[in-house]
Amino acid sequence: MSAGTLEGTRTVYRIEGLDHVFDAAEVHALQDIDLRILQGQVVSFIGPSGCGKSTLLTIMAGLLEPSRGTVLLNGEDVDGPPDEVGIMFQRATLLPWRTTVENVLLPIELRHGKRRTKAYRDQAEDLLQRVGLAGFERRYPGELSGGMAQRAAICRMLITEPDVLLLDEPFGALDELTRERMDLELQRIAAARDATVVLVTHSIPEAVLLSDRVYAMSARPGRISEVIDIDLPRPRTLDTMALPAFVDYTGRVRRALDRGHEDS
Amino acid sequence: MALTTPVSGREPRSAGGRRRKRSGLGRAGSFLNNLPQPIAVLLVVIVVLAFWQLIVAVGGVSEIILPPPLAVIEEIGVVAVQLATGGFLLGQLWLTIQEIVLGFLLASAVGFLLGLWIGQTRFGQRAVMPLFVVVEASPKIAFTPVFIAWFGFGISSKFLMAAFMSVFPVIINTAAGMSAASEDEVKLFRSMRASSWDIFWKLRIMRALPFIFAGLKIAIVSAVTGAVAAEFIGGGVGFGEQVRVAASRIALDRVFALIFYLSILGLILFGAISWAQRKFAFWDVTSITRKKEKK
Ligand SMILES: Nc1ncnc2c1ncn2[C@@H]1O[C@H](COP(=O)(O)OP(=O)(O)OP(=O)(O)O)[C@@H](O)[C@H]1O
Ligand SMILES: [Mg+2]
Repeated sequence: MSAGTLEGTRTVYRIEGLDHVFDAAEVHALQDIDLRILQGQVVSFIGPSGCGKSTLLTIMAGLLEPSRGTVLLNGEDVDGPPDEVGIMFQRATLLPWRTTVENVLLPIELRHGKRRTKAYRDQAEDLLQRVGLAGFERRYPGELSGGMAQRAAICRMLITEPDVLLLDEPFGALDELTRERMDLELQRIAAARDATVVLVTHSIPEAVLLSDRVYAMSARPGRISEVIDIDLPRPRTLDTMALPAFVDYTGRVRRALDRGHEDS
Repeated sequence: MALTTPVSGREPRSAGGRRRKRSGLGRAGSFLNNLPQPIAVLLVVIVVLAFWQLIVAVGGVSEIILPPPLAVIEEIGVVAVQLATGGFLLGQLWLTIQEIVLGFLLASAVGFLLGLWIGQTRFGQRAVMPLFVVVEASPKIAFTPVFIAWFGFGISSKFLMAAFMSVFPVIINTAAGMSAASEDEVKLFRSMRASSWDIFWKLRIMRALPFIFAGLKIAIVSAVTGAVAAEFIGGGVGFGEQVRVAASRIALDRVFALIFYLSILGLILFGAISWAQRKFAFWDVTSITRKKEKK
């Protein structure tokens, strides 16, 4: 394997010959997707709107069955939402009738029932504190800002201690500054847990800042047009973004996206 | 007169702030707009009653055709004494309350279950829902004689009419509420491997609650109308029957007094449902804004 991946590291996701067509709409959303994601890797999918990024993530999360091809997670076929995967969507989607901490505890409650959820309460409050939401445990989502809601959603994803994080434009709705802070927070969380991260994003700097590998995609049908390995030292900080190499990488990703755009 | 005095009372403040030159209408308008709500309501009531009294006094309308407000208020007192001492009227009111509540409960249960079915099946949404919408838009009150013919002059025709009047808003709103949960939310639940049971109880029903309560609020008002209408036609018992009897005697002061108590009854029932809505669907935008407005 190329730079940024370690020799002998376990494969987490293996995707081969993946194709997906939405029959009703006759949309060829994904074509010939082949990839391998290793344990502890952070990879990003970036590409124009409608190129199938969300579809790919939804398939990886076991929420959608592909028309063709195989998706293996830790060597096993994905045929439903796997336990070891935590997913976060573009919108925070907190339930307004539950307090923040109750929202964080939702996955636990669905798995183990209401009674056994109490034992996780400290853990949930601890998570909230770590993302700067201490004191907001008993508030309702209606009282949180967009960024705070997004952070609560991170906690909800993390409460089940997933080894794999699937993130669909998690911070797309946030302002630039908050977004960068959240990016670094995400990096810290993922590194601390040695989690594998799959990130969908529209932001080139975000992709380069966080990833070991960036998959540039092109649309109609959605394909992986180029793979760019990012070999920058970790942990990455805001200073990383000032490095010549960083600027170089963003240029390469941008040109890859432009080429993909011309092709289609 | 009552309007001008408080305005001049406010004068020093506006004089201190900006130039005093504002039109009298603007000043009165802003004064009215800034009144505390209960006082504003009271003001309107007083104006209406004064106008009413004026028509009776000056307009030359016979007191039999239009009893003056004071006579009606007096009659309200008479009825109050009867109700308080457990007289004949209290029994009649109790009958009407039973019809309304029974009809409403029946309509809520049936409407909820039917709404669930309609809202969750394609067939229900496409084939049954449009029919119910048509019936809801029709003057359902016209079916009253049918209910009397079917179920007789006893209490059953009344409470069934109340149920008939109120079941459709519950059905339609529940059905609409069943699709209120967003695709994102369903996807979230599925990604957390929620059972269909959990998706139903912890998501769909919760999202449907504001719709269901909106339906119940329309339903309780309709139930009152249905029960009273059935009493008008189906004779014999209830507060509505007393209204009819009083009207046939041309005792309009009594009629107005009885209508007053029916309105109070309707308000209390409506208030109970609003209370439940604020308690159980507190997170809904409409109830949140209401809470904020209060502060
Ligand atoms: N449920 C669906 N039914 C039919 N077509 C769909 C469905 N979901 C997505 N598509 C189509 O598949 C294509 C890929 O959609 P997808 O949501 O994966 O794009 P995306 O890359 O995530 O776009 P964006 O960046 O705007 O989120 C689009 O053309 C879209 O219209
Ligand atoms: Mg998307």
